[in-house]
Amino acid sequence: MLNYTIRRLLMLIPVLLGMTIIVFSIIHAIPGDPAEVILGEKASNSSKEALRKELKLDQPLLVQYGDYLKKLAAGDLGTSIRTREPISAEITPYLAATLELTLVAMAFAVFFGVNAGILSAWKQNSWFDYLSMLIALIGVSMPIFWLGLMEQWLFALELKWLPSIGRMNARDPVESVTNLYLIDSLLSGRADQFWTVVKHLILPGIALGTIPMAIIARMTRSSMLEVLRSDYIRTAKAKGLSQMFIIYKHALRNAFIPVLTVIGLQFGLLLGGAVLTETIFAWPGVGRYIFDAIASRDYPVIQSGILIIAFIFVLINLLVDLLYAAVDPRINFK
Amino acid sequence: MGSTLLEIRDLRTHFVTDQGEIPAVDGMDLVIHQGEIVGVVGESGCGKSVTSLSVMRLIPQPPGKYAGGSILFKGEDLVQAKEKRMKQIRGDEISMIFQEPMTSLNPLLTIGDQIVETLRAHRSMSRKEASSQALEMLKKVGISRAETILRGYPHQLSGGMRQRVMIAIALCCEPELLIADEPTTALDVTIQAQILDLMKKLNEETGTAIMMITHDLGVVAEVCHRVVVMYAGKVVEEGTVREIFEKPRHPYTQGLIRSIPKIEEDVKRLYSIPGNVPKPGSVKEGCRFAARCEHVMDKCLHSLPELVPTTSPGHRSRCWLNTIEEVAN
Repeated sequence: MLNYTIRRLLMLIPVLLGMTIIVFSIIHAIPGDPAEVILGEKASNSSKEALRKELKLDQPLLVQYGDYLKKLAAGDLGTSIRTREPISAEITPYLAATLELTLVAMAFAVFFGVNAGILSAWKQNSWFDYLSMLIALIGVSMPIFWLGLMEQWLFALELKWLPSIGRMNARDPVESVTNLYLIDSLLSGRADQFWTVVKHLILPGIALGTIPMAIIARMTRSSMLEVLRSDYIRTAKAKGLSQMFIIYKHALRNAFIPVLTVIGLQFGLLLGGAVLTETIFAWPGVGRYIFDAIASRDYPVIQSGILIIAFIFVLINLLVDLLYAAVDPRINFK
Repeated sequence: MGSTLLEIRDLRTHFVTDQGEIPAVDGMDLVIHQGEIVGVVGESGCGKSVTSLSVMRLIPQPPGKYAGGSILFKGEDLVQAKEKRMKQIRGDEISMIFQEPMTSLNPLLTIGDQIVETLRAHRSMSRKEASSQALEMLKKVGISRAETILRGYPHQLSGGMRQRVMIAIALCCEPELLIADEPTTALDVTIQAQILDLMKKLNEETGTAIMMITHDLGVVAEVCHRVVVMYAGKVVEEGTVREIFEKPRHPYTQGLIRSIPKIEEDVKRLYSIPGNVPKPGSVKEGCRFAARCEHVMDKCLHSLPELVPTTSPGHRSRCWLNTIEEVAN
C-alpha cells in the first residue's frame, strides 16, 4: 500500500511536467500582450518595450520555459505580472474559498444523491423513483448560471432569506487563520459570524452541487439495482436480517465503488471549474482568480494556477484509488 | 419418524409477466417430518427453486404472486404470515443454502461478520459471545484453521469451503428446517461427497430436517429418506428412496432413472427422455407429461390424474396407468 502510494506520487512528476508544457504553449498562443494590458493601449512603445524586458517577455520561449521550470523545481510558483505579488501567497485565500464551497457542494451532492439513489433502487418503479430520477434528469441538464440566478431571485430578492453574493458581510470580516471561514469564525468564537458564513454558502453550494448530485443519484441507483439482485443479498434476506441492515450494510458498500469514482471525478472538476458559480455569486475563488488572470494575460498566474488545480485533481484521484482498497478487501495494491 | 414439520398444500406461485400470468408452481403438495431429509427432484424449470423460495417467502412480489394454497410450518400458514414474523423465522427456524457458494457470500464482509450478524439478528448476545459461537460453528462444519478463516474474506476460500461456511451460517441458530437448493451442483465431485456427508452428519446430530432440492438422483440416493419428483410445477410421484429407485411408477420417474448411466452396461447411446419440459402454463389440460410420454393414452390429453396411493404405503403417483393397473388387479 505504501509502496503503491509512493509510486503513484512519483508518477505525478511526468504528469505535471506534461501539464506545464501544454499550458505554457497554449497561453503563449493566445493573442494579446501583457505589457499592453498592464500599461493600457495609449502607452508608448518604448515603455511597453521596457516592461517586456523587465518581465523577461522578450526572451525566446524556450528560455522563458526553462526559467519557469527552474523556479518551479525550487518551489517558486512565480510572481504575478499584474500585482507583483508572489503567486503562492496570493492564491491561498482563493484556493481556500473554492475548497470551502466545493466541500459544501459535494457534501450536499453526496448526501442527497446517494440517499435518493438508494431509495430509488429500493423502491424501483415507485412514484419516488420516478420523481427523483426526473429531478436528477433536470439537474444534469440545467445550466448552472440559470439555476444560480433563479436561486438569487427567489431566495435573496423575493423571500430575502439568504444573501445573494459573497462569502461574508464586508462590514464584519472574519479574522483569517485558515481562510476557511467556517473554521475561522469558530476559532474566533463568533457563532453569529459562523451562521452568516453558513447562509452565504447555501445558495452557491446548491448551485454548484446540483449537477454532481444528479450524477451521483443516477449512478447510485443503477449500481444499487445491480447489487440488490445479487445472490448474497438473497442470502442476507434468508438470514432474516432487517431491510435497513441489508441496504446499508450489505448492499451500499458493494454498490459504492463506482459511486466513489464519480464522487472523486466530480470533486476534482468542481475544484477547478467553478468559474460560472463563482462569477454569479461573486465568490472569490480560484476559478475567478485564473479567469481574471487570463483576461489580463497574467502568464505566471495562469500557469501556476492551472498547475495547482491539476495537482489537486490527480491527488484526489489517487485518494479515490486508495479508498477502493479500504472499501473492498479484494483490491490489493502490490 | 417425527411429527409433521412442514406441509405444503396445493401451493400456487405465479409470475405476472407481459405474456400473462405464468404458474411456476402449480398445485404443489409436500410434507416434511421432523428430522427427515426429503429430496425434491426434477429438471430445470420444473418449479423446485420457486417452491423453496416460496417457503422462505423470498419470491420478489411483484412479479411473483401467491395465487393459492398454503404452507403450514408447525401449523402456522407462512403464506399469510406477516413480514415481521417471516424475519423471525428466516435464518432461525428455517434457513437456506444456495447453489452458488461463490456468489452467495458478501464479498466485502469477513466470514465472522456474516455468521455473527445472523446470530445477533435472532439471539440477544454480545458480539464476543456471537464470535465464539461462530468459531464453534466453523469447527463443526469441518473447517480447520477456523480462527484464521473467521477473520478472512470469501474470496480467500475455495468453493467447497464457502459452501461449508454457508452451512455454518444456516445452522448457527439451530433451525428445524434447512432448505438446500442444489447445494452441491457447483462443486467438484469429491467436494460434493464431502458436503453431502457433512449435511447427513449434521442432520443426525442436530435433528434438523432437510429439504434437498436437486436434479441429481445420485444426491438423492446418497442422503435422502424420501423423494418427491416434480414435473412442470406439480408433484408427479413421491415415495421412499428405495421405492422410487426400485419401483418407479410414473413414466417420468422411470425415464429419469433410466437416464442414469450404469457402469456395468455397455451401451452406444445414453438414454434421454425425448422432448423438453413444457413452458409453465403452456399445457392447459391433461397430464403435463403427456407430450413426452411413451405410454400416452387419449385420456392423458384431456384430464389430469390425481396423486394417488400405489400398492406400497407412502408411495403415490400421478398417472392414469396406476389407476388402470388397480382396476386390472
